Amino acid sequence: MGGFSAQDLTAIFVMQGFAGLSFFSVLLLMALGLAIIYGQMRVINMAHGEFMVIGAYATYLLTSALRHLPGGLDVSVFLAIPVAFLAAFVVGYFIEWLLIRHLYHRPLDTLLATWGLALIMQQGFRSAFGAREVSVPVPDWLRGSYRPTMMIDIPLNGLAIMLLTVLVTVAVWWFLYRSRWGLRVRCTTANREMSGAVGINTKRVDRMTFAIGCGIAGIAGAAFTTISSTGPTSGSLYIVDTFLVVVFGGAGSLVGTIASAFSIAQAQSIMEFFMGGSMAKVLTLLTVIGILLLRPEGLVASKVRR
Amino acid sequence: MIKLPGFLHGRHGGLAGILILAAILMIVMPAMLDLYRLNLAGRYLTYAFVAVGLVLCWGYGGILSLGQGIFFGVGGYAMAMFLKLEASDPESTRIQTTPGIPDFMDWNRITELPWFWVPFNSLTFTIIAVLVLPAAFAFVIGYAMFKRRVSGVYFAIITQALAVVLTILIVGQQGYTGGINGITDLRTLKGWDIRDDSAQYLLYYLNATLLIGCVLLGRWVLNGKYGRILTALRDREDRVRFSGYDVANFKVFIFCLAAFMSGIGGAMFTLQVGFMSPSFVGIVPSIEFVIFAAVGGRLSLLGGVYGALLVSYAKTMFAEAYPQLWQVMIGAVFILVVLVLPYGLASVYQRYGKRAVAKLKGSRHPGDTPTPPAASVVPGARRDATAKAGSALPHDSVTEGRP
Repeated sequence: MGGFSAQDLTAIFVMQGFAGLSFFSVLLLMALGLAIIYGQMRVINMAHGEFMVIGAYATYLLTSALRHLPGGLDVSVFLAIPVAFLAAFVVGYFIEWLLIRHLYHRPLDTLLATWGLALIMQQGFRSAFGAREVSVPVPDWLRGSYRPTMMIDIPLNGLAIMLLTVLVTVAVWWFLYRSRWGLRVRCTTANREMSGAVGINTKRVDRMTFAIGCGIAGIAGAAFTTISSTGPTSGSLYIVDTFLVVVFGGAGSLVGTIASAFSIAQAQSIMEFFMGGSMAKVLTLLTVIGILLLRPEGLVASKVRR
Repeated sequence: MIKLPGFLHGRHGGLAGILILAAILMIVMPAMLDLYRLNLAGRYLTYAFVAVGLVLCWGYGGILSLGQGIFFGVGGYAMAMFLKLEASDPESTRIQTTPGIPDFMDWNRITELPWFWVPFNSLTFTIIAVLVLPAAFAFVIGYAMFKRRVSGVYFAIITQALAVVLTILIVGQQGYTGGINGITDLRTLKGWDIRDDSAQYLLYYLNATLLIGCVLLGRWVLNGKYGRILTALRDREDRVRFSGYDVANFKVFIFCLAAFMSGIGGAMFTLQVGFMSPSFVGIVPSIEFVIFAAVGGRLSLLGGVYGALLVSYAKTMFAEAYPQLWQVMIGAVFILVVLVLPYGLASVYQRYGKRAVAKLKGSRHPGDTPTPPAASVVPGARRDATAKAGSALPHDSVTEGRP
C-alpha cells in the first residue's frame, strides 16, 4: 500500500469502514427479511428488492405529503418507518395469499414465480412514479456530519441508519426467539405436520411470516432513501448481494446473517477505495463463493435436522 | 425387427416431433417470413440452444442454473473476438493511434493486443474455443460445487452470482472487452460478408441444423442408461449414491453438456446478429433462458425450442405494440406457467394433443394419456413417475432434500 502514510490509512479505513456500515445496514435489513422468508419457509423471494422499493416509495409519498406542514419533515422521519413497514407488510400479505401459498413445496418454482412478480412490480412502480429516480428530503438535523479529527468525516444519517438497524435486529430477534409468534414460526419450520397436529394454524403462520419478512424489507427501503435516491429498479441491484448474505450467513441463523452482512459490506467498502467499485465487487463475490464452496452450510450452520 | 439408434425412438417421443420441428424451421419459417423476421427468428433459435441445455440439466438433472448467460456469453464473445480482429485489420483501422487493434482498445489507450486476444486470430482456435471453453468453465464450476454437494437453491444462487461477476468484469474492463457496448461492428468471416442476404439465410440454416443436432444429442443422452440414472438422481439422489454411483460426476457431465449447447448458441447469436454485449450475459438473460425452458416444458427438449421461439416472439410483439406493458405481460405469463402449468406447454400436448392425435388415428389407447401432475394439489404424494413419453416427473419435495 505504497503512497499512503499510516495516518492516511487509518482515516481511509475509518471512513470507508463507516461507509461500509451504511451499506451493511441496508444489506442487513434486507437480509433479515429474506432470511426469515428463506430460512424459515424455504421460499426464494426474488421480488424482495421490490418490497424494499415499496418501503422507499411509501417514505417518499409520506414526506411529499407532510413536508409543507410546519415541522412535518421532522415528524415524517419517524412516521416513515412504521408506514414503510405497513405498506410492504400489506402487499406481502396479499402476495402470499395470491401466489406464494400455492408453491410451498416447490422452492425452485417460487424463485421463478417471484421473478415474474418482480417484473410486474417494477413496471408498476414505473407507471406510478415514473422512470426517474426520486429522492426524499432529509431534515436539517440529519444532514450534518460528525468530525472526530480533521481527516475523518462521518455523516449523521449513516449513524441514524445504524441505530435503526440495531433496533430492528433486536426486534427481529425478540420476535423469533422470545415471542409466542416466533415460537410458532420456528415450530412450523421444524415440523409442519406436528405443528398442525398440536393446533398451530400453519397457514396463518406462513402468511404472517412472509408478510413480516416483506415488512422488514420495507423498513430497509425507508433507510435506503436516506443514502440514495429511489428508482423502479433500485431493488434489483441489491437482490443478488442480499441472497449471498443469507446463504453465506447460513440460512435460518440470525447471528450468521449479521456476521455475513458485516463482512461482505466491509470487504466491499474497503476494497472499493483501493481498486474501484467494480473490481471490489468482483473480488468480494468471488471470495464469498469460494468460502461457500469450502463451507456450503454457511458461516453459522443451523442445528436443525432435516 | 431392425434396431433403430437410440435417438430415433424410445421414451422421449417418436421421430415425428423432430421431423415436424425440422419442417417448421427449415421450410415453413423461411417460406413465410421476410428476411428481417427470419433473422429475428434465427436469433430466438440461438436462445433455444440454451433452453434445450436447461431442459437437460434442470428438467432431467434437477440442477437449476441461473448462470446460463455465462456460457452463452463465453461462446458469443469467443466468436465476436475473432470477427472483431478480422474487422480491425491495419488497413481499415489506419486512422487509429495503434492500427490493427480493435477500435475500443484504441479509445481506451491500449497500444498492444492483450495476450488472451492473440489466439483468436485463428478461426480453428476460435471454433475450438466456442466448443470447449463454455464446457470447461462449466466443468470448473460444476466440479467445485457438486463434489462439495452444493445443490438446489444454493447452486442457483451461486451461479447467479457468477453471472453477475462476469457481467461486472466485462463492463468494468472496457479496454479489453468493449465494456457495456460489447463488441460491435462485426462484418466478415474469412472475407465472407456475414451481413448480406445470402449469408443471413445460410447462417439461419446452419443455426437450425445445429439446433436439431443438439436436440438429437439430448435425446440420445436421455434415452441411454445415463438418462435413467440422471432422472433417478434428480428424484432420489441419496438412493443413487447408495447404489454405488458417483452422483457428482453425472451432474458435472449434464451441466457441461448444457453449457456446451449454450456456447454454440452464443456463437451463432454473434454470427447472426453481428454483435455481442454484456446484456446477454447477466442475471436478466440468464433467468429469461430459464423462462423459455419453463414455458416450453422443462421435461421436453422440443418444448424448450418452442418455448424460446414463442416467448421471445411474444416479448418482441408486446414490446413493439405496448412498450408500457410488455414487462407486466412477461411477468404474468411466467407466474401463470409456474402456477398452472409447471410442466409447460409440452404438458398441455401430453394431456390433450396426444388424445386428439390418437382419435385422428382412430385407435385410442387409454394408457397413452399420462396426466401431468397437479403438483400443487398433492404435495409429497407419490406420482405416476413412469408415465410414458417422457413425463418422468420430478419429485419436487424430495429434490429439495426434505423427508
